[in-house]
Amino acid sequence: MKIIIATAVATVLGATVAMAGATKPQDVAFEDGAVAVSVSGTAGDAAVGREVFANRRLGNCLACHVNSDMPELSFHGEVGPPLDGAADRWSEAELRGLVANSKQTFEDTIMPGFYIDTGYFRPLDDFAGIPILNAQQVEDVVAYLLTLKE
Amino acid sequence: MGMYLLKTTAFAAGLALMAGSVAQADEGATLVINEELTIATTAKAPAHLENIDEITSGWIYRTKETQALQMDDFDNPAFVFVDIALDLWNEVDGTEGKSCASCHTDGPEEFAGLTATMPRIDKDGNLETLTEVVNRERVEKMGAKPWKYSKTNMASMTALIGLQSRGMPVNVAIDGAAAPFWERGKELYYTRVGQLDISCSNCHEDNYGVMIRADHLSQGQINGFPTYRLKNAKMNTTHGRFKGCMKNIRAVPYKEGGEEFKAIELYLASRGNGLTVETPSVRN
Ligand code: HEC
Ligand code: HEC
Ligand code: HEC
Repeated sequence: MKIIIATAVATVLGATVAMAGATKPQDVAFEDGAVAVSVSGTAGDAAVGREVFANRRLGNCLACHVNSDMPELSFHGEVGPPLDGAADRWSEAELRGLVANSKQTFEDTIMPGFYIDTGYFRPLDDFAGIPILNAQQVEDVVAYLLTLKE
Repeated sequence: MGMYLLKTTAFAAGLALMAGSVAQADEGATLVINEELTIATTAKAPAHLENIDEITSGWIYRTKETQALQMDDFDNPAFVFVDIALDLWNEVDGTEGKSCASCHTDGPEEFAGLTATMPRIDKDGNLETLTEVVNRERVEKMGAKPWKYSKTNMASMTALIGLQSRGMPVNVAIDGAAAPFWERGKELYYTRVGQLDISCSNCHEDNYGVMIRADHLSQGQINGFPTYRLKNAKMNTTHGRFKGCMKNIRAVPYKEGGEEFKAIELYLASRGNGLTVETPSVRN
């Protein structure tokens, strides 16, 4: 129980802090596809990141990637490579870059940029001018990806 | 190209995870309807296709259960709507006191082959869809109100007319006056849209045959339209389907019956030139 409350508080705090120190999508600095510093200004929470990863309205990463760490969920997509061992293949900065805007790493990829708010056409009104994930969610997903080791 | 066709490794991994799920399509199955009509569900790609050698019907990507529904007209739920259309065919409507049957005395059979060539260029040089032809008939010949583009009465009537071409090869014209419309459709097909910034081609050309979450991606062919979907238990039009795909990538859909969707319809029909008309098909 205590742990759960602690996590929840941390999440709320994280979100608040994120607002203050977050880097706007257009200000994110990419270097060879990688992003060195946290876009939210705080560390990510891997447990929350795991939720964001699976959630169809947020990351929905499972739509395109097999992830053996989530056997409890059915229907893992196969459009992209399995993410097992992703942390063995990529550094934290590279993973942050891949989540924020994978086109900086794989030009022409089908994988959406999760932290961009311009450069896409005809977005539905509810999604116009905002990124798919907010800064803290990006960091949470990155923290989660860093746990995917083989 | 952004291609990541993990047809071997990831597919195997995916199957391991999804054993026992709905993911069990039978891509090698043969479609024989009513034990007599064999439908070619694969064909050599038309010359204009640069990135695909073989074209395939969406039927092969569906589960065995869904596939079976299309193999017998008694099991195919779309025939409920074909029957609705037969009633509409005989129903007098409009100021002229006429039904379709008043003039088309040989029945809808008269339209054998028509759907295989739609959409096409009309006498004024515009691109016209079968839906528009039916509404032109209603308005001009019957003095009746046009039907809404994707409503059940219209989708049922185009299914009835499409059924008359079942088993015939898709063969839409893309040259001459059709060329500019076709070019436009092609451009739209390859244009990324929506917050997810994805094009039709990203899914239906680069990734057909693989799972996208619970869905088995097909080439997005339209040789079976209008199609009965188990998801909403009704007839679904091409434009209705395009709309759904655009919303899924969080894009504002083009208008049903509008220039963009008509152009995409022509382009998609041409990507299926050589496949067989399957109308009315069944999908999930
Ligand atoms: C629409 C499909 C799609 C979605 C959704 C998607 N990806 Fe990807 N992803 C891909 C593809 C395809 C690649 C391979 C790159 C390429 O060649 O295009 C990829 C590559 C990656 C890679 C590098 C692969 C490796 O391990 O070598 C990572 C990491 C990754 N994605 C993470 C994510 C995360 C995290 C999410 C959710 C926030 C996500 N992806 C959502 C399609 C997708
Ligand atoms: C994110 C991936 C994605 C994108 C992008 C996408 N679709 Fe689809 N589409 C699907 C899925 C999933 C289905 C259902 C399974 C199947 O048939 O592929 C589908 C089905 C279809 C079908 C029905 C095929 C049949 O056999 O009944 C058509 C037609 C279609 N899409 C056209 C389009 C068009 C046109 C566009 C671009 C405006 C588009 N799609 C964009 C994922 C996508
Ligand atoms: C008053 C007589 C009349 C009525 C009523 C009528 N049609 Fe027609 N229809 C014609 C004639 C004549 C043609 C051929 C010349 C033309 O296109 O106008 C035609 C053409 C068509 C065509 C195009 C055939 C082709 O190969 O190009 C379709 C499809 C069609 N009708 C469907 C219908 C339907 C469906 C209805 C009822 C909703 C209907 N018609 C009602 C007289 C009629």
